[in-house]
Amino acid sequence: MSAATNASHAIHAKSAEAKRRRRRPFDWRHNPGFGPFTLLVMLFLYTPLVVLVIFAFNANRLVTIWSGFSFKWFVSVANNGDIRHAAYISVLVGVLATICSTAIAIAAALGFERGGWFRGRGSAIGLVTMPLVVPEIVTAITTLIFFSAIGFHSGVLNLVIAHTVFCIPFAMLPIQARLNTLGAGYEEAARDLYGSEWRIFLRITLPLMSPGIMAGAILAFVTSLDDFLISFMVSSAGSTTLPVYVYGMMRLGVTPEVNAISAVLLVISAALALVAFIISRPSEAATAAAAGTPQTAATL
Amino acid sequence: MVSSPSGATAPTAAIVMPSAFPVTAPGTQGDRLIEIAGVEKVFGDPNTGHRALEAINISIMEKEFFTLLGPSGCGKTTLLRMIAGFENPTTGEIRLHGKDVAALPPRERPVNMVFQNYALFPHLTVYQNVAFGLEMLNWKKADITARVDEMLSLVKLSQFRGRKPTQLSGGQQQRVALARALAPRPQVLLLDEPLSALDLKLRKEMQFELKRLQRETGITFVLVTHDQEEALAMSDRLAVMNTGRVQQVGTPEEVYDQPRNRFVADFIGEANLIHGATLGRNADVMVAVRPERIELTMPGFQPRIRGVVEAATFLGSDTLLEIRAGEDRLRARIRGAVRLEPGTNVGLSWPDDAERLLAD
Repeated sequence: MSAATNASHAIHAKSAEAKRRRRRPFDWRHNPGFGPFTLLVMLFLYTPLVVLVIFAFNANRLVTIWSGFSFKWFVSVANNGDIRHAAYISVLVGVLATICSTAIAIAAALGFERGGWFRGRGSAIGLVTMPLVVPEIVTAITTLIFFSAIGFHSGVLNLVIAHTVFCIPFAMLPIQARLNTLGAGYEEAARDLYGSEWRIFLRITLPLMSPGIMAGAILAFVTSLDDFLISFMVSSAGSTTLPVYVYGMMRLGVTPEVNAISAVLLVISAALALVAFIISRPSEAATAAAAGTPQTAATL
Repeated sequence: MVSSPSGATAPTAAIVMPSAFPVTAPGTQGDRLIEIAGVEKVFGDPNTGHRALEAINISIMEKEFFTLLGPSGCGKTTLLRMIAGFENPTTGEIRLHGKDVAALPPRERPVNMVFQNYALFPHLTVYQNVAFGLEMLNWKKADITARVDEMLSLVKLSQFRGRKPTQLSGGQQQRVALARALAPRPQVLLLDEPLSALDLKLRKEMQFELKRLQRETGITFVLVTHDQEEALAMSDRLAVMNTGRVQQVGTPEEVYDQPRNRFVADFIGEANLIHGATLGRNADVMVAVRPERIELTMPGFQPRIRGVVEAATFLGSDTLLEIRAGEDRLRARIRGAVRLEPGTNVGLSWPDDAERLLAD
C-alpha cells in the first residue's frame, strides 16, 4: 500500500512539475516580485480605510489621537437630526434615481441590442454613455444652469432628475452586456413558438436579462449614493444629500462623526457589492454552461 | 410587432388547430405542401448586395423528409429561415398549402424549427420548455399537460421533465428541442443542422431517431445539412445547393446515380471526372463515373480507357486503385484483393449506365 502511495505521490509531483514548466511566457502571476508588489498596492488602497474605521471608534474628540474604544460617535451620528435627514434624502434620491435610470436603461439596452441596425446607433450609444467620460464638474454646472434657466426648483425632484441622467449609463452597461452575451437566439425560438412580442419579453427576455438588471441597478444606486459634485450644485436647503452634508461638516473641522458616517457608508457599499456578487454568481455559472446554446443562426 | 397576446395568437390558432386533429388528416403523401417559387434573396443593397439565393424553385410534398444539402455559404440555412419566417425573400413566393406566407411573421406560420444550438430556454425546465409553444397558443392547461407528457414520452425523456436544460447531455437537449418543436403539431418541422453538435456515435443514433419521429408523427421534415452521408441516409428527396442556387432536386438514388452537373457529382459521394477527350469523345463534356462502378477489363475485351497504376491500397473488402490515364487521375474500387504493382498497365471498363455525361 505504501508503495502505491509513494507512486501516486511521485506522479503528483511530476504533474505539478510539468504544470510549472508548461506556464505561458507572459504569465504575470509568476513574475518575480509580483507578491510584494501586490501587497504594496493593497496596503496603499486599504490602509486609509482601515485607519478611518479604527478612528471611528476613538473616544477622543481629536480625530488623530487614540484614547480608547467607544461607540459614542455612532450614537452621536444617530442622534443628529440633520445627518438623519441627509441620509434619508440620499436614500430617497438613490432609490428613485435607480428606478428611473434602470427603467430607461432597460429600454435603451433593448433598443441597442435587439432593435437591429439603425442609422446613428453608434452615436446614440455614445450619447447615452456620455456622462461616463464628460468631467463631472461640467455635468454639474450645466445641470445647475439648465435648472435655473427653466426656473425649475423642486428640491428633491431636481436631485432625482440629475441623478437619473448620470446613472443611466451605469445601469445600462451591465444590461447591454448581458443581452449581448445572450444573443437573440432565445427570442427567435420563442417567436417561432408563436409568442407575441410582449409575452416573449415577459417570459424570456426579462428573466434572462435579470442578472444584468440587478447588477445595473446596484451600480446605479451606489453611484447615486456616492455622488458629490452634482448633488452639491443641484441640492438646495432641505434637500442636502449625505456626501454634501459631510462636506459641510468638514469645513467646520473634522470630527470623529465624519469617520463614523464614512464607516457606515463603507459597510453599506460593501454589503451591496456582496449582494450583487451573490446574485450574479449562480446565473453566471448557468450562462457559462449554456455558453454554446444561444447565438442566432446568422451563418448561411 | 407588439400587440395584445389574445389578438396576436388568434390567427395562429386558426391555422394550427386543423392539424390538431389526427395527424393523418391534412393531405396524404404526394400533395404539395411547400412551394418555393422564384425566390431570390439579396442582403444589403438590391443591386450591389450579397446575392444569397437566386431563382429557387422547390416543391416539398406532404409527409416528406426533405433535405437541403450544400457546403457552408450555399444559402441553405437562409432558405430554411425563410420558410420559418425569420427572413423575407427579396422576390418570389413561399406557399404553404397554396397560400403565400412570405410576408407572415414566424408566429403566424404553422411551422416549427429545431435550432442548430437548440436555443432551449435556460431558465425554464424541460417541461416548461416543451409547454412554451402551447401556452403561447393559449391551449387549456389540461391539454398542455397531456400533450407535453405525450411529447416527452415520444422522445423518451419523461423522467427529466423537472430538469433544467443545462443539466442534460447534448443528445438529451437535442431531444427536448425536438419535443418542443413538435408539441404544437406543426405542419412542417424545420431542422437546422440538428446533429452537427453531437459526436459521431450519437449522430448515427439521432438519425434513426429523427426518421422514427418523422414516421410516427407523419409531419413533413425539412433538414438542412452539409453532410452528404446524412442527407443520403435520411431523405426521401433532397435539393443539392451551391452558391445560392439549386443544383439538383431528386431522391438520394437519382442524385447519386444521375448527377446533373460536376458540382453534384463531386459533392455527393466520390466521382471520377474524366475529360471527354481522354475517352476519345467530345472535348467539351466531362464523364463522371463512380469509383465502385469501375472494373478491370477482362482479357480479350476492349477497355474504355487505358492507364498506369500509381498506387494500390488494400482496404479489406475492396482495393482502391489510383490510376493515371492521360491527363486524368482515376480512383477505382475493385472488389477483393488485387495485387498490382505501381507502373502496371491496366485497362478499365464500366457499364453504360455507370457513366454520366456532364456539360458543366
